[in-house]
Amino acid sequence: MSSKAVSAAYATRLGDNALVLGQRLIELVAASPELEEELANANFSLDYIGQARMFYTYAGECEGAGRTEDDFAFLRPEHEYHNLLLVEQPNGHFGDSTVRAVLFESWYVLLLEALTRCADEGLAAIAERAVKEVRYHLRHSSQWLIRLGDGTEESHVRAQASLDNLWRFTGEMFVADELDGVMLNEFEGPDLAAIETQWRKNVAAIVAEARLELPGDQWMASGGKQGKHTEHFGFLLAEMQYLQRAYPGAEW
Amino acid sequence: MYESDQILEWLSQVPDPEIPVLTITDLGIVRDVDCSNGVTVSLTPTYSGCPATEAIEASVVAALEDRGVSDVRIKRVLSPAWTTDWITEDGRKKLRVYGIAPPERRDRPVACPRCDSSNTEVVSEFGSTACKASYRCVDCLEPFEYFKCL
Ligand SMILES: [Zn+2]
Repeated sequence: MSSKAVSAAYATRLGDNALVLGQRLIELVAASPELEEELANANFSLDYIGQARMFYTYAGECEGAGRTEDDFAFLRPEHEYHNLLLVEQPNGHFGDSTVRAVLFESWYVLLLEALTRCADEGLAAIAERAVKEVRYHLRHSSQWLIRLGDGTEESHVRAQASLDNLWRFTGEMFVADELDGVMLNEFEGPDLAAIETQWRKNVAAIVAEARLELPGDQWMASGGKQGKHTEHFGFLLAEMQYLQRAYPGAEW
Repeated sequence: MYESDQILEWLSQVPDPEIPVLTITDLGIVRDVDCSNGVTVSLTPTYSGCPATEAIEASVVAALEDRGVSDVRIKRVLSPAWTTDWITEDGRKKLRVYGIAPPERRDRPVACPRCDSSNTEVVSEFGSTACKASYRCVDCLEPFEYFKCL
């Protein structure tokens, strides 16, 4: 793989995480538990979609084949998306969305921090912009998890169930594939093993403050980075890509 | 051939589309003006998902074209990332008068833009746009927006 191809593939993968989570959060618009959360989710979604646009635009430049951000978002089939399975999981109830956010953002912040120091200047610049936003998201999501876990009996039970249910999607965040290896070794990119250690510490602290139990070791789902998705993903793409598929090239 | 000071002077009249009391130079998002080959204006987005980014770029081009500058290019720069520290002193004053509490340096209390009391509380970390949080003044009860520190 040429170095440009590595940058393009890695940027696309990060763009996929951001876009898919952004699309999930958009689904919460007009369906949030209260007005403030409505605004929060809409703002988070905007941040994520903005990040996806920067990653895709950069991927298109590195690739040099004339693909635009829209081509990446709207014209790729399911198996060409390499996002983590965690971000495509349905919103569920508010506890589910909150746990998903805490688990993902705790990882994403560490990944972006590492990327700001990598040798790929384009990726480092996007990471520098994005990390400030995601730190803020994480502050918000972890405060909510603490409130839910340490809240009423019912919110505690439901938050614990969300945590137990989504935990199996956290394993693949730390399994380095070939592309992760190239990023680490040739671009001084993120070291997923080091990130895992820090992530466990940070997540354990939030979970403890929320008076929840950390789930034990278990079977972990994987496949997102290879384009093998959970059953929910096709529906998400179908809705997101509908317009460009039905009316190719439509603009407004 | 234009002088970059002249270009900057014109840009200092371009309002931010979301907070029109501020100009784009008050906000600190104009990072560079290069007049060596046409006019290249370097802009940095405030937030990744700021929906105003394209609108700002279009109004920069329009503002300069209105003054007869024909060869305008926009360069989007991401690094260093924009910070609220780049909002000018003048910009902070304008925000306060407009009713939005300007960003405070860390650990400093947020002052009510109406009565100046620092006895204020957060209602929500999120406001009508990504850059603002919702606050309430405990003394005069004014609900107001706070331009978040970033
Ligand atoms: Zn007041």
